[in-house]
Amino acid sequence: MSILVNKDTKVVIQGITGKEGTIHATGCIEYGTKVVAGVTPGKGGTTHLGVPVFNTVTEAVEKTGANCSLIFVPPPFAADAIVEAADAGLKLIVCITEGIPVRDMVKVKRFLEGRDVTLIGPNCPGILSADECKVGIMPGNIFKKGKAGVISRSGTLVYEIVDQLTNEGVGETTCAGLGGDPVIGTKYNFWLEQFENDPDTEAIVMVGEIGGDDEVVAAEYIKNHVSKPVIAFIAGRTAPKGKRMGHAGAIITGEKGTAAYKMKALTEAGAIVVENPALIGEAVKKAVSS
Amino acid sequence: MKLHEFQSKGILARYGINIPDGVVITEPQEAWVAAKQLGAPVVLKAQVHAGGRGKAGGVKIAKSAEEAEALASKMLGMKLITKQTGAEGKIVKKLLVEKTANIEHEFYISISIDRRTGRPMFLASSSGGMSIEEVSKTNPDAIFARTIDPAIGIMPSQTREIAYRLGLAKQIKQASKLIAGIYNAFMENDASLVELNPFILTKEGDVIALDAKINIDDNAIFRHKDIAKLRDVTEESEAETKSSFYGLSFVQLEGNIGCMVNGAGLAMATMDLIKISGGEPANFLDIGGGARKEKVSHAFSLILQDKNIKAILINIFGGITRCDEVANGIIAAAKELKLSLPMAVRLKGANFEEGRKILQASDLKFEVYENLNDAAVAAVKMANA
Repeated sequence: MSILVNKDTKVVIQGITGKEGTIHATGCIEYGTKVVAGVTPGKGGTTHLGVPVFNTVTEAVEKTGANCSLIFVPPPFAADAIVEAADAGLKLIVCITEGIPVRDMVKVKRFLEGRDVTLIGPNCPGILSADECKVGIMPGNIFKKGKAGVISRSGTLVYEIVDQLTNEGVGETTCAGLGGDPVIGTKYNFWLEQFENDPDTEAIVMVGEIGGDDEVVAAEYIKNHVSKPVIAFIAGRTAPKGKRMGHAGAIITGEKGTAAYKMKALTEAGAIVVENPALIGEAVKKAVSS
Repeated sequence: MKLHEFQSKGILARYGINIPDGVVITEPQEAWVAAKQLGAPVVLKAQVHAGGRGKAGGVKIAKSAEEAEALASKMLGMKLITKQTGAEGKIVKKLLVEKTANIEHEFYISISIDRRTGRPMFLASSSGGMSIEEVSKTNPDAIFARTIDPAIGIMPSQTREIAYRLGLAKQIKQASKLIAGIYNAFMENDASLVELNPFILTKEGDVIALDAKINIDDNAIFRHKDIAKLRDVTEESEAETKSSFYGLSFVQLEGNIGCMVNGAGLAMATMDLIKISGGEPANFLDIGGGARKEKVSHAFSLILQDKNIKAILINIFGGITRCDEVANGIIAAAKELKLSLPMAVRLKGANFEEGRKILQASDLKFEVYENLNDAAVAAVKMANA
């Protein structure tokens, strides 16, 4: 079973007429995703990539029945775009935009509290259910329908790992990016629960990094609620303290933010922690065949 | 972006927070004038972007205007090495001269975003003046945390709660004003951190921000033109300044294998793999999406500023970024910079076969790999050769 997105998901893309929006809308459509609408204020009534463009998300939802939003709106306007999607009643919002001010996300997160909506990202590669639906920017050709559910805070690193999983013949169910920012929508525990309950997912691959303590929180959840094998990798063992490593959220500020602490917490929770990033596929294959 | 102490205090003063009277100086004679105007004794504080100044000799008290001038002439231009600057230290170019305070008690207070709740969170302690990490290790119960709901903002009951917990019952109005001021300064200026360590209660019964540190969210500087002007590029390393200009993420490390990778997570994982393979990474470098000649060329020049480099490992996982484009960028940049270092190049993903052919057809010293492990092992071997 695919999680959250599948072949029936109807996607509206906010910022579809921009440069990024155009490239990735094309990628999603090529993968087979049902992109039913685009939104760019001022361009309502036009068509882009064969997709009808609307001025507002609400109108796009009314006219097309879209049930998921994918956002490529530039950072200064991205918070507003998320709020607009939630106001339009969408239950799933995927925000790719990198560089949104943290204060904007603090307010957005507060705004979404208590609403029946799931936000993925921002600053993430999106979500992909193998051979069914891609809502984001992941290279579709490296995926193959299979057994592993994948969650990651980063983009290209998860492509590396998905590629290994595909080459090992394990394949993937759904792969989701959490996002590299300090304040994000879904975190590990949401996905651990989804994957634990998904009959097709046989193993869960968790790709973490330095900064924050989400992986430590996840370790606690794994210990108490996850029966499937969890294979984890934490990037940044060699990262110095106090320096931002690319992602706004990848900065060690306390002991819990270090790779060593997270790896220890996950190991103690029963996860299989892989130290060599080139050997993750192999470890997952071993876990699903044993 | 980091602000200097005097800049941070300037912002806080606008929010009704008491700060000591003071003057920023760049010449020793100005210290004499400042001390005369403020009235000795005065304190001279080095304005550098690093903590631990006091222990390193960056904060001195002068009992007279003459002593202030003498101290200033020693401190201006000195290389300040604190536990946060690293061995290279920081050259002191500005001093903040302030009237000294009669300290009754020192407190700690800061606000930043708590990642678990996604909300602003105060940390406060009546053990001020020492590092909060130190306090959290030795006496964690002495630290009090309070998150604030960003929808309604900070409420008087919350500022009072923090003030009472710190034992500032007699100064409740002043302390509440300071706490509310910190919250508003934090939110309105898109700060990622506001820290007063310490703020003090004076013997006269006043609550004053004796030290102040503000960091601003880099992603929000576009909407704060006034704060953007406060940037002091002389406090940044040349590599950091240039990389941010070119949209690259670069962090200097101490090894001898230069790294160039697309994506932050993959860049960290590549550094980790070099270490596992027995080598030491010289840098973190994420070139982001796309990798045309100009970008790759700047990336190379950043790596090459470090004279310890013995080999370079390039790891590109093509997706949106196509490997053949990257290969062309690498060759053009390597030729332009007359690069002679051995390079292990790992290409994978979109158009990697074409990329490999392009690299192998050139007369430069590339070893091209598809497997990540092999590439890392090769780079370590090159560095040790």
